[in-house]
Amino acid sequence: MSQLRYALYTGCTAKESTPELLSSTLAVAKKLDIELIILEEASCCGASHLQDFDPFLSHVLNARNICYAEKLGLTMVTLCNTCQINLAMTKEKLDHDADYRAKVNAKLAEVGLEYQGSVDIKHFLYALVDDFGLENIKAKVEVPLSNFNIAPFYGCHNIRPSELQHKSNGGENPYNPTSLDHLIDALEGHPVNYASKNKCCGFHVDLQAPHTSNALTGTALLDAIDNNADIMVTPCPLCHLNMDIKQRGAGKQAGRDISIPVLHMPQMVALALGCTYEEIGLKYHVSNAKKVFAEATK
Amino acid sequence: MSNTKKITIKAFRFNAETDYLPYYKSYEMEVGKDELVLDLLNRIKWEHDGSFSYRRSCRHGICGACGIKVNGKPVLSCKENAFDMIDLFGDELIFEPQSKKRAIKDMIIDKGDFWAKHAAVKPFVDAVIDEHPTHETKMSQEEVENILDADYCIQCGNCHYACPSLEVNEEYFGPAAFVAAYRFTADPRDNSGKERLEMTSKIGPGVWDCVKCFECAEACPKDINPIEKITKLHNLQFEQNVAQSNVATRHAEGFVRSIKKHGFLDEADIVKYSEGPIGVLKHMGDAIAMMKAGKIHITDQIPFMGNMPKSKNLDEIKKLVKISQTNKL
Repeated sequence: MSQLRYALYTGCTAKESTPELLSSTLAVAKKLDIELIILEEASCCGASHLQDFDPFLSHVLNARNICYAEKLGLTMVTLCNTCQINLAMTKEKLDHDADYRAKVNAKLAEVGLEYQGSVDIKHFLYALVDDFGLENIKAKVEVPLSNFNIAPFYGCHNIRPSELQHKSNGGENPYNPTSLDHLIDALEGHPVNYASKNKCCGFHVDLQAPHTSNALTGTALLDAIDNNADIMVTPCPLCHLNMDIKQRGAGKQAGRDISIPVLHMPQMVALALGCTYEEIGLKYHVSNAKKVFAEATK
Repeated sequence: MSNTKKITIKAFRFNAETDYLPYYKSYEMEVGKDELVLDLLNRIKWEHDGSFSYRRSCRHGICGACGIKVNGKPVLSCKENAFDMIDLFGDELIFEPQSKKRAIKDMIIDKGDFWAKHAAVKPFVDAVIDEHPTHETKMSQEEVENILDADYCIQCGNCHYACPSLEVNEEYFGPAAFVAAYRFTADPRDNSGKERLEMTSKIGPGVWDCVKCFECAEACPKDINPIEKITKLHNLQFEQNVAQSNVATRHAEGFVRSIKKHGFLDEADIVKYSEGPIGVLKHMGDAIAMMKAGKIHITDQIPFMGNMPKSKNLDEIKKLVKISQTNKL
């Protein structure tokens, strides 16, 4: 297999509150000999909120982000489900509405850029599962995750709306997604089947509707725990923030203690590929995740 | 490929008048390639148990009566081919009502909350109509297109009962009511747009409580994409100066503030800016936990000391914000 090369759109969280996401992603890429070129010019995708305020501005900024991947001529990979959907929705709009694209390009021309629609955008999860391939990952496992029952939490913005997502997620069924389950299998962990795995974590209303956010986060975490999960894993750092940081608040609201390590998808892969404790970055978790490293090698 | 498949249907059974708890009953049947989910519901009733209850009427995908969930997927029974469901979920299909907690009998639910919310947004053109007009009043092509496909809603309730926000917040209007609110607000003949925008901008019942899960887009049998209309309502609030400054509107607008300055979102600043100086205090517990874990740093909000990353070519971003921003709070 020739070397895989991608333009990496890190998103904001990987550069700020979840440094462990970036370090584990780069560690996985190094282990698998995947070349990731970080798009340092990129700006925030608007996180599904900017478009509520100003949809045109959101499209212009995301078109600019895509332009930089186009300059490299590489498929853009994302580390965050919400970045993925915002960039993919921008691409969808511009690729199918020539008048609108002209309006956006008129703005981009002022900074010497032009959106062409020449590259694909996919989440790193699907770069690993569909491009690199599960069998190839399996062959590289140094620390089988057989000590863990792992609950996959897919995150909305990788699986819905399916018509858009099917262009980059290998045709995932939004009511029965399987990619993360298969990845856990390939790493020799035990995937946990539970009803909340394709549900919403509530992150996007955390400020204005904390009761809703805590209810959704708490329900999903407890569902995983009640199905004997030792770890939850998610490809989305926004789900991760809610699931990791809000365990105390969500548990208080639910009237139960909640304590479960929540890993980013690349952290789980990094663990199985034998990356270092530093690279995996388990110290950056609010819930107790440090123990996972020792337990993996027990 | 075989023209029939043998499957097991596990159907939710409950009679609110006699049962304490619901239960599931299995029915085995040979399904033909042209059969619809509605045909399978009929066959349970006709071939197995005459007391099995569900709503049905037009069989043409227009009355909106026969919405149920198959393995968690909201479907309009008369539009959904059974083989497609078997392709998605295998040979065990689980039939459940749209909302289990609202079940009256088997697939039949009390849809009262749906109708009350739908009615509350004034789902009609509010206008004084001249009963004897002397000339035709025409809508421009642009005005027609602006209504989008919001007019195709058949009030089946699939999106409403797929919405997780509504499931935990009873006062939330829900996606179908928002589609109706948008459809009539976008109608040039209508005079109640502002009232609807005010109604749907309130935190709690309004659009700001949308969790952005896209369950509604996935659930709609008419491919209406309700969340697109929810976003339109958000936008109209700003365009028509209905938006009040509150935690949700500042959160949406605050992204511009960060992006102009850093390219990236300043995660701590957006919470401070959205919540205001008093509101932010309730996040102190989480902030301290995040500091302990090294996720955020005490110096982050001090100029020149923080770790805030900056995008390369930030000047481009600043310029694009300046020339592209269309809305204001």
